[in-house]
Amino acid sequence: MSHIRGGKGPLIIADRTFGSRLFLGTGKFSSIRAMEEAIAASGSEMVTVALRRVDLDNPDDELLTSVQRFADIQLLPNTSGARDALEAVRLARIAREMGCGSWVKLEVTPDPRYLLPDPVETLKAAEILVKEGFTVLPYINADPILAKRLEEAGTATVMPLGSPIGSNRGIRTEDNIRIIIEMSGVPVVVDAGLGSPSHAAQAMEMGADAVLVNTAIATAGDPVLMAGAFRTGVEAGRMAYEAGLPRGREEAEASSPLTGFLR
Amino acid sequence: MFRDIFTTYDPGEVRDRIYGAGEAEVIRAISAESPDPAAICALFSPAADPLLEMMARRSAAITRQRFGSVVQLYAPLYISNECTNRCVYCGFNTDNPIRRATLSEDQVVREAMILHEAGFRHILLLTGEDRRAVPVDEVAGIARRLRDTFASLSVEVYPMETEEYGTLAAAGIDGLTLYQETYDTDTYRRVHLGGKKTDFFWRLDGPDRGGIAGFRRIGIGALLGLSDWRVDGFYTALHGLYLAGAYWRSQVQVSFPRLRDAPGGFTAPVPVSDRDLVHLICAVRIILPDAHLSLSTREPEGLRDDILPLGITSMSAGSKTDPGGYSGLEAGDGQFEICDRRSPAEVAAMIRRRGFDPVWKDWDRMLR
Repeated sequence: MSHIRGGKGPLIIADRTFGSRLFLGTGKFSSIRAMEEAIAASGSEMVTVALRRVDLDNPDDELLTSVQRFADIQLLPNTSGARDALEAVRLARIAREMGCGSWVKLEVTPDPRYLLPDPVETLKAAEILVKEGFTVLPYINADPILAKRLEEAGTATVMPLGSPIGSNRGIRTEDNIRIIIEMSGVPVVVDAGLGSPSHAAQAMEMGADAVLVNTAIATAGDPVLMAGAFRTGVEAGRMAYEAGLPRGREEAEASSPLTGFLR
Repeated sequence: MFRDIFTTYDPGEVRDRIYGAGEAEVIRAISAESPDPAAICALFSPAADPLLEMMARRSAAITRQRFGSVVQLYAPLYISNECTNRCVYCGFNTDNPIRRATLSEDQVVREAMILHEAGFRHILLLTGEDRRAVPVDEVAGIARRLRDTFASLSVEVYPMETEEYGTLAAAGIDGLTLYQETYDTDTYRRVHLGGKKTDFFWRLDGPDRGGIAGFRRIGIGALLGLSDWRVDGFYTALHGLYLAGAYWRSQVQVSFPRLRDAPGGFTAPVPVSDRDLVHLICAVRIILPDAHLSLSTREPEGLRDDILPLGITSMSAGSKTDPGGYSGLEAGDGQFEICDRRSPAEVAAMIRRRGFDPVWKDWDRMLR
C-alpha cells in the first residue's frame, strides 16, 4: 500500500496527491456562479457532483463543465439517490461511459429523509466497482468494522459521517470516528454534518485525513467567505494534529502530590 | 394503511383542538423538533395566524438547510381528459359538455419532446379517471417510450391496485401523485357525486398502495377551497408523516392546489385566502422538514414568486391542462384555468432573480 496514514506528508488518495484537505459538495448553491466562487475560495482540489443533477446526455451540462473547468480539481461524481447497490453501480458505470472518469463517491442512501447510508448495499456496490476499476470513496456511517471491510474490498478511502447530511450538528460520532482513524489503512474523510469551521478543525485535530463540506458553505449568507473560513479551519486543525496536540488530562494536578511521601 | 390512523381521529375533536389552541402552544409547536398531534393542531390554529411571520421564518430556514437554494422544475402532460367521475368542482366531470380527447402514444411522445426541448427532465403524466380510455398498460407503454429521455416520470392518474402500480414502476414511473381532495368525509360525499371516486377509502389507501409498489416519490394534497383548510391541513400533515414512516424509502411530496375556475361553473365553498395558503405551506414545512412542497401554475405569478422562498421546492411552469396543449392540437378542453402563464424560461429567470437555482434535473433514469 503506497499510502501510510498518520504521517506528516501530503494527502495521497489512489496515487494522487492533494494539496488541500477540504473536499467540497456542489448541491444547494443558489447558482452555478456562487458554487464556482466558493470552490475557488475553498482551495479544494476534490469536488463532488451528484450524477442525478447532471444531464449525462448533454456534453455541455452546465454543472459538470463548470467543475471540470478547474484544472487542478479531481472530479468526484457521486451516486446520491441510489437506494441499492444495483442503482449505484449503474449510475457509476454510465458516468464513466459519459466521460466523468473512474472516481466515484459511493452513496447508497435508501432513506430520503436522513440520507443515512445502507452498509450492506454500500459494501456490495464497492466490491463490484473496485473490481471494475473504479476508485471508490464510500460514504458510510461511523462503523469501524464496515470501514475495515471496505478497505479490504479495495476502496480508496472511507468517508464516515459526523452526523446526518445537512444537519450541521458536527461530530456526533466522535468515538467511532476515532476508532476508524486508528484502525484504517486508507485515508479517512469525515463527511456530512460539519456545520462550522470549528467542526472541521475538530475532525482534522482528531487525525482525519480530510473533510467534505457542502451544506454549511452552500447555505451560508456569504458562501465565499464561509468557504475561506472552512479552508482556514481545516488547515488549523491539520497543523495542530501535525504539531502533536497535548493529550487532555482527566484529573487535576494536585498541589500536594499523592505520592509526595515517597520523596 | 393510513385509514387505520385516520379513523382513530374524531373530526370534531380535531376541529376543537385546532380552534382551541392557544398562543403558547403555537410558539412551542413552531420550534418543536418533531411535532406531536397537539402541536400539529396548534400550527393550523387561528391562534397561529398572528404568528405567521415567525412560522414563515422557521419554514424558510428549515427549507434552506434541508434543500438549499434550489427549486426543481417539472411540467404536467395531460394524456386524456376523459373521466367517469362526477366531481362537482372539476372541469373533467363526466357531466360537463367539454371536448373530450385521449392522445395516442405518438401524440404523447410529441408533447413530451416539446417539454424536453423547453428544458424539462421531470414530467408528470396525467389522465382523467377513465381506465378504459387510458388503460394501465397504455400508461406503462408511454412510460417505456419516455423513460430513456427523462430523468423522472410521475403519474397523476386514477387510483390503481398495488400490482398495477407495480406495472407502472417497472415501466419507469418513479413518482405517484394522488390528492385526497378533502379529508372531510361529509364534504367528500357532497362533491363526489358519481364514479369510482365516490369511494373515499379506496382513494385514501391509494398512496399506501403506491408505497408498497415502491414509488420513489408519493405526492398528496387537499384541494383547497372544498372544506376547512385548517382541518384538511391537519390530516394532510398526518398523512405525510405516516407515509414518510411507513414507506421510508420514498420521498413525500405535498402540493397545495387551490380551486380555480373550471368548466361547470363551480365556485369554492370555503375560499382559501393568500394568507391562509402561506400559513398552510409554512405549517406543513415545519411538520415535514424533508418533504418536497410543490406550487403549481394554478397560482398567479406574483404570488408564486413571493411564496417561493418560504418553503417551496418544486414548481411547474408553462403548463397546459388540455390534452395536446403543448403541440397546439386543440383536441380537448382543459381541467382548470392556468393563472401563471409565463414560459418555463421566464419562470426559471424569476427563480434566479429570487436567489435560487432552477434545477431541471434532480433524478436519473438509472435510479428506477
